[in-house]
Amino acid sequence: MAKIKRLCTLLLRLLALAATLSAAIVMATSHQTSSVFGVSVEAKYSHSPAFKYFVIANAIVSVYGLLVLFLPPKSLLWRLVVALDVVFTMLLSSSISAALAIAQVGKKGNSSAGWLPICGQVQNYCDQVKGALVAGFIGVIIYMLLLLYSIHTVLDPLLLQKT
Amino acid sequence: MAQQDAGKAEVGFSISRGAQRGKKKGYWLLLLLRLVAFMATASATIVMALNKQTNTFVVATIGNTPLKATLTAKFQHTPAFVFFVVANGMASLHSLTMILVELFGHKIDYKGLRLAIIAILDMMTVVLASAGDGAATFMAEVGKNGNSHARWNKICDKFHTFCDHGTGALLASFIGLLFLLIINVISITKLHIPKSTNYVGVP
Repeated sequence: MAKIKRLCTLLLRLLALAATLSAAIVMATSHQTSSVFGVSVEAKYSHSPAFKYFVIANAIVSVYGLLVLFLPPKSLLWRLVVALDVVFTMLLSSSISAALAIAQVGKKGNSSAGWLPICGQVQNYCDQVKGALVAGFIGVIIYMLLLLYSIHTVLDPLLLQKT
Repeated sequence: MAQQDAGKAEVGFSISRGAQRGKKKGYWLLLLLRLVAFMATASATIVMALNKQTNTFVVATIGNTPLKATLTAKFQHTPAFVFFVVANGMASLHSLTMILVELFGHKIDYKGLRLAIIAILDMMTVVLASAGDGAATFMAEVGKNGNSHARWNKICDKFHTFCDHGTGALLASFIGLLFLLIINVISITKLHIPKSTNYVGVP
């Protein structure tokens, strides 16, 4: 039983690491230059603070996920891991939400503020950012599942004792 | 078999003793934290929901008479701010419900899962509130500084009051988020593992 639990947690954390790492890498390598009416337009992730925050947050969480994979199962540090999981899930969710907000303005524009959408001019950049956002969203969902799973694992001994 | 029973009785005794002691020490502290979180998120919701500014601009001049256009800045124009209002509204509702449950609902328990349900709901609220904060922060940043690469003009120089109110709402929401995080960590540590359990079950 303990081995199945260990395998499950390992698998979930591996998936989370893959998701956040791919989100950071795909967003960081998004770059496109195109010319509109003779004016060259360049789109890069570093032009927008929200996308920079997204890359940094996903990079930090990837490093944390890599370190946690190597933690031995009987160590006493697992309580700290549960607390850090909460903090890093919060970081991931705020980063994906910020990037989604800016990407939505980039795709649809904001007529009340006079902001024009840019996706018509740099289509490949928009597609790559969309892929990075999907990967980031999957990362958030897996981290929330990990949190629920940690609470479930902590709770099982308590329930067993009460019956 | 007898050892297990003795262990169970010991654990049950320590849980009830700890619960009584905890009620006196940490009970009022947790209630105070929840109250502050409720007030912070509620004020953030209300300030952002009432955020509106109308301004008249001179657009062009025909002969001697200037043409004026009236523009309104509302929070509904931006989906990020709408999400901010909704997220903080739900966070404040959650805080209020938790305060009421702690004050009046000590008999309510579902198969001993009360602490777990409170911890899980706290977690969901923290994630939701943090998402709302993140979206509104970066939207406000674009509104304040503009984005020269995408040719998005800043709007804060024309709508000062709108930006100021938005900043105030964001600050209140950050304070609420900090308190919600502290409450969540406290709720999770309340699911304490009895000393007699070995850690093999916790991967």
